Amino acid sequence: MSMINSVSPTTNLSQTNSLSLVNRSIHSWVQANARVLDLGCGDGTLLAELQQDLNIRGYGLEIDAEAINQCVLKGVNVVEQDLNKGLANFDDNSFDTVIMTQALQAMRYPHLVLDEMLRIGSECIITFPNFGHWKARAYLTLRGRMPVTKELTYQWYDTPNIHFFTYRDFEVLCRQRNINVLRKQFVGEHFLDRQLKDLWPNLFAETVVYHLSKS
Amino acid sequence: MALNIRENSVGIVAAEKILIDTPLTLACGVVLASHELMVETYGTLNADKSNALLICHALSGSHHAAGFYAGDDKPGWWDSYIGPGKPMDTNRFFVVSLNNIGSCFGSTGPTSINPQTGEPWGAQFPSLRARDWVESQRLLMEHLGIQRWAAVIGGSLGGMQAMRWALEHPDKLANSIVIASSMKLSAQNIAFNEIARRAIKSDPEFCDGQYLEKDTAPRRGLALARMIGHVTYLSDELMGQKFGRELRSGTFSQGDAEPVEFQIESYLNYQGDKFSGDFDANAYILITKMLDYFDLSRDYENNPVQAFGHAKCDFLVVSFSSDWRFSPQRSREITDALIAAGKNVSYAEIESDQGHDAFLLPNRRYEQVLGNYLSKIADKLEDVTI
Repeated sequence: MSMINSVSPTTNLSQTNSLSLVNRSIHSWVQANARVLDLGCGDGTLLAELQQDLNIRGYGLEIDAEAINQCVLKGVNVVEQDLNKGLANFDDNSFDTVIMTQALQAMRYPHLVLDEMLRIGSECIITFPNFGHWKARAYLTLRGRMPVTKELTYQWYDTPNIHFFTYRDFEVLCRQRNINVLRKQFVGEHFLDRQLKDLWPNLFAETVVYHLSKS
Repeated sequence: MALNIRENSVGIVAAEKILIDTPLTLACGVVLASHELMVETYGTLNADKSNALLICHALSGSHHAAGFYAGDDKPGWWDSYIGPGKPMDTNRFFVVSLNNIGSCFGSTGPTSINPQTGEPWGAQFPSLRARDWVESQRLLMEHLGIQRWAAVIGGSLGGMQAMRWALEHPDKLANSIVIASSMKLSAQNIAFNEIARRAIKSDPEFCDGQYLEKDTAPRRGLALARMIGHVTYLSDELMGQKFGRELRSGTFSQGDAEPVEFQIESYLNYQGDKFSGDFDANAYILITKMLDYFDLSRDYENNPVQAFGHAKCDFLVVSFSSDWRFSPQRSREITDALIAAGKNVSYAEIESDQGHDAFLLPNRRYEQVLGNYLSKIADKLEDVTI
């Protein structure tokens, strides 16, 4: 089994209110009855909700045995597949929406995964933790050590998050690769973040949710 | 020991011989006016007859899938997975297991009497396809008064039947569970099967397949066929762990002329000899050919997506990491085709060093995946029933 665990590898998002905020964006951006592929679907919570609310035909890719068990128990279609080994088994435009929540920074080649998502899906929804958030900056600046927070609990040596990037980094990547940004949503839990995230997203957005399409 | 084994067991079971007197037209054109099937069932059929599971056996399987025969301490071949509290939970499901036609455990096959000649069929038994087994199973289903299987389940050749069911009778099953299987055999697989058949036919006792009339049997050939097959069902890793280069007899000491026998030699010879006493050579030839001929999408313009487009059931696909006879790649192809066809499917690749045989053996993760999938089915059934 791969060293990289694609199940919620990144943050303890589920312990925060951010999850419901992120999921709300995803819900509003997915069309009813859509064909949805969720890369690194974890225990299948999101797909189960989308199935229930929007009658989607969803499939999740996952490599964690326990997460797969949970998906099966929920009646969510789950396919054991390591994202780092590619997605060549999926045809171009074979899905309406390809989703990846909080896993891009754990991929070996995030930019190639992004290309693949846009090849397979007409649209993509992607969420990631913004490493430009003021808390991460303060941690590094004041303590001189890699940030370990409530949301990002790993030490630098055992983290599955092998590519740290900020909101602004992602913006640049989208521009370079000619990716069309349909919508984006900034998510922050704390009062300060909620007030300022739309003004200075790179400093105050903890999580960013993107809705993308090919240009 | 036997007592312990029986704790989560369906207990003592007995097989029933069922006469199917509806004519069965085989794919080769031959009509069997009637045929007999050996059947075992475990658990209780519910009032609306919706909780039935059909077990499809593989090359050398029988109807004896679970429990014990009185006075015997060897359980059925899938006993690890069928029983109270096991993945195929007999507290919730009614499990139907049969010996398919063309096999040799009491159902109509090469060792049965051909009504037209009064002699055993032998090599004259008509050639079979997986769809013939499915058709015979459908007649059994009618006989039992079941309208729709909660699931059709099988490993290897059994998985091929589970897939064929989904295409041939889409309204008659809710789920198809395909384990360590393939949409068609590879050239390497066919090659191994041909070596096995050649081994049988090379035995002078084979007598062109009419050995029963001559009161003999090609036991050496069949043993050799089984030895070849057995090697391909195990992984290199497992054989290394289990046997290594351990010696059963003799030594490599200088001056010692005693012949040396490795443990693996002794094991394989034992397995071959045992099998050649239990199985019929013509049935082995017949069923290996059935495996070779199987091609799920041949009738669907060789397009698996088009083939699965006919299915209406949900699917669970399972493979085992060290299975090189029906490798995980074959199962991924099934899964990809099902996704492309828009069918509900889950796929798990179970880490195991047991090779192809893994589908028969205890494995915690395999139990969990199969158990969770089936318990979800049972929940749904019981919800509707209540």
